[in-house]
Amino acid sequence: MRWGNLLLARLYGLFRRDAVMQDIDEELRLHVELEAQTNIARGMTPEKALWAARRSFGNVGYIKDLAYEIRGGGIMETIWQDLRYALRMLGKNPGFTAVAVITLALGIGATTAIFSVVNAVLLRPLPFDHPDQLTAVWQTHPFGKKLGYDHLPVAPADFDAWRRSADAFAGLTALAGGNWNVTGGDEPERISGARVSTNMLGLLRARPALGRDFAPDEETFGKNRVVILSYGFWQRRFGGDPKVVGTQIMLDGDPFQIIGVMPRGFSFPRGMGIDPALGLDDDLALWTPLALPPDQLVSRGNHFMAAVGRLKPGATFAQALAQLAAVEQRLDEQSSAAAGKDWNVTLGPLHEQVVGKSRRALLLLLGAVVFVLLIACANVANLLLARANARHKEIAIRTALGAARWRIVRQLLTESVLLALVGGALGVLLAVWGVDALVAMSAGNIPRAAEVGIDARVLFLALGVALATGLAFGLAPALQSSRPDLNESLKEGSRGGGSSPRRQRVRSALVVAEIALALVLLTGAGLLVKSFARLQNVRPGFDYEDVLTMTLFLPDARYPEERKRANFYRQVLERVRRLPGVESAGGVSQLPLGGSEEIDGLEIEGRPRAETAAAVMTAAFRVVSPDYFKTLRIPLLRGRYFTEQDTADAPGVMIIDETFARRYFPGEDPVGKRVDEQGSLQPKGYMTIVGVVASVKHTSLDSDPKPTMYLSSQQSPWHTMVLTVRSKTDPTALAAAVRREIAQVDPDQPIADVAPFEQVFGRAVAPQRFNSTLLGAFAAVAALLAAVGIYGVIAYGVSQRAHEIGVRVALGAQRADILRLIVGQAMALTLVGVGLGLGAALVLTRTMRGLLFEVSASDPSVFVGVALLLTSVAFTASLIPARRATRIDPLIALRYE
Amino acid sequence: MLILKALSLGPLHGYGVIQRIRQLSDQMLSVEQGSLYPALYRIEQKGWVTSKWEMNETGRRAKFYALTKAGRKQLTAEEESWDRLALAIAKVRQAT
Repeated sequence: MRWGNLLLARLYGLFRRDAVMQDIDEELRLHVELEAQTNIARGMTPEKALWAARRSFGNVGYIKDLAYEIRGGGIMETIWQDLRYALRMLGKNPGFTAVAVITLALGIGATTAIFSVVNAVLLRPLPFDHPDQLTAVWQTHPFGKKLGYDHLPVAPADFDAWRRSADAFAGLTALAGGNWNVTGGDEPERISGARVSTNMLGLLRARPALGRDFAPDEETFGKNRVVILSYGFWQRRFGGDPKVVGTQIMLDGDPFQIIGVMPRGFSFPRGMGIDPALGLDDDLALWTPLALPPDQLVSRGNHFMAAVGRLKPGATFAQALAQLAAVEQRLDEQSSAAAGKDWNVTLGPLHEQVVGKSRRALLLLLGAVVFVLLIACANVANLLLARANARHKEIAIRTALGAARWRIVRQLLTESVLLALVGGALGVLLAVWGVDALVAMSAGNIPRAAEVGIDARVLFLALGVALATGLAFGLAPALQSSRPDLNESLKEGSRGGGSSPRRQRVRSALVVAEIALALVLLTGAGLLVKSFARLQNVRPGFDYEDVLTMTLFLPDARYPEERKRANFYRQVLERVRRLPGVESAGGVSQLPLGGSEEIDGLEIEGRPRAETAAAVMTAAFRVVSPDYFKTLRIPLLRGRYFTEQDTADAPGVMIIDETFARRYFPGEDPVGKRVDEQGSLQPKGYMTIVGVVASVKHTSLDSDPKPTMYLSSQQSPWHTMVLTVRSKTDPTALAAAVRREIAQVDPDQPIADVAPFEQVFGRAVAPQRFNSTLLGAFAAVAALLAAVGIYGVIAYGVSQRAHEIGVRVALGAQRADILRLIVGQAMALTLVGVGLGLGAALVLTRTMRGLLFEVSASDPSVFVGVALLLTSVAFTASLIPARRATRIDPLIALRYE
Repeated sequence: MLILKALSLGPLHGYGVIQRIRQLSDQMLSVEQGSLYPALYRIEQKGWVTSKWEMNETGRRAKFYALTKAGRKQLTAEEESWDRLALAIAKVRQAT
């Protein structure tokens, strides 16, 4: 009740300011008059009486202020007043305001943008019901660990056993990738989708927007010809027509019934960090039941699925893992084949899987952007300090007139917070635009990119950051300038005070901090840029320039026989090779730098069969056309390449790479030895090694080549072939002609991923490019802000010391002496900052180790380089005011006194 | 407390409060007169006093302050705690 009255009184005070003021005025005046009357009655003269009355009353202005603060609108009133005043002051100095606001907008905008990514990827829970119960399950194998893989796909038999006996799970769903050629309708098209257990949607507690969910029996082989479309594919291919539900779609020549459409934005498991293992494209067109023929269902050797589970409420990840591990042990004991031995299992929260490797990079960027924000704050604090000097007299006068110190601090803080809020608002606008740019630039390397955006939490953070920065950079200047030395400041002709060494020390400290922060950022950026350059200079083992690539898929339904496939490939390659402008044309089952490998077991003739799974020899395999090596210029080390004569009727041949030769034939000549490839391909028995080629970086640039065997596309044609066409000119110009030739062979053959190899290569280094570009940009901004900071401090110092410099010149100091004096001062600050920064960088860059490639976290050339760079930037920035100092006319400087 | 005590004897205007305090304390206590008003406004907001513009004895408009019930209670409470403190100090002094 009382608070309500108080609020009313305040509001009354706020809007009836004059009435309240008058009331107070009259009351106080009366008091003084009465006191004066008393004094007269005591025998004083009227003047003396009035004077004495005033004297004993005290500081009228101060008391009125105080009284009004209590009676008037109080805090609301003063804030309103401060705000208007602050607006006026900022409006009066558009230059200062613009620089400060832009600096802050950069800092807050960058922070907000990066935070919105961090928010979406790391902080926001997955967009499913009770996402903390969801887990990703993988298999492990000692041999995989040896090769550096600790999350291997799951085999059907293992999954089936888990699903039967692990009761810590409310449900387990298996996922696999799939690709189909869609025919019927306008144009044949290659699409990618997910084959999933029928309980997937139920497990995620998601529902189709149209139609129905899968029925449990649709997982049975033979009853599985149903699909649920993704919203995007439904819109694109069917124009969003709701009547397609219930109709048929032709996939690889087979009819499938469309039973539903998922709502917009649902693309599980896209972006869950498990898509590379499944070979899913960016665009997920549909879901269909994962129905396996009975012989595959019992396989423990064919690992191709991902598994996602939901824990029962109350069950822990550890319990679930223990149950699955027990199942694995039982399966191991039952298994007779070597390929089915020694498998184990690992699992973790699905969210961890999603975040994956991006956590470290994102946190690094967030740290970097906070540094930029700090530098921006230091810079604005410096600007405010400089301006506080200019306003010294104003503040002194207000103090002399009775303004309380707290009142002045509050006024100054209002100004800085207002600056920060304006900067923050602009920063959020920058962030809105920046987030889109970030997502576009990341080229699919940010998980959950579609969810990145500015939400309430991000806005809240931006507001908080703006307020905090406003207080942070405003507090020190406000406290300092609210304590002026009245006598000094009010003296006629005073030079404006502010030359106090303490204030100069604060500004110097700010600049030192700025330089140190900028140096840390530059070092981090330098390390990333250097490792990116190293990465780009890695010799991948082939020549990717002037090569056009495109992908062809031959579904089993249309090309059931190997001979037919081989024939198709031969015809296409022959036609393409004859095109004008084509130097050579080859094909490969999977392009290098694709991020994944197909690994199979093998046996070498004359060597004992492996007893344990860990002893099974394995190698990656690729199926290539005769001219593939020539087209990518992969050098031949021994023997020969494949030729047109290595047909299905000729003896089986194989080419191995250097790594294979070194691992399995150390000290022997592999040419002429015979190897049996066992796994994905149709069995061909022993094949003779006819050549050894140099190793190629097949997985990624920063991983070592694995032993690889090459098979001929004429003998073991794979269902996929990536054409590689070496052009004499611009490879993209050839695309249309190559398409025409393919259509000549098979008009229903869809073509996907037409791109110059250089572009594919670019994608392989995209994460590193993303990190180093962003960090580089932040570092550049930081260096620029630090340069502005040192310029400001030195320029201000020069203007303060104009008199001293004038005297020096009058006493015979040369231009060079003055230059040395000023630049020397700047360099002293810079060197302290650089020293501190180097120390901090040495500690902080250690956290970056995992992001670097062939560059040590304390790479001396980077450290020395950025130190020199920043020093020279600071040198240049101080040169401008230093030159101005040399032009000081001693006469004017002295007369100013 | 002094202000409340001064007002406990009847409504007064600001200057009257000062004079009353001077009288009651035999001129021993003299506060800076101006600071009386912020104090008055504060206790008015706390609800211990109410104010009204009225004519004074010489026919001038003056703002009179009167103690409320809450104010009286507060005064009693403060006086008690003062007495206790004074008693405590006196005891300590006697002990030495």
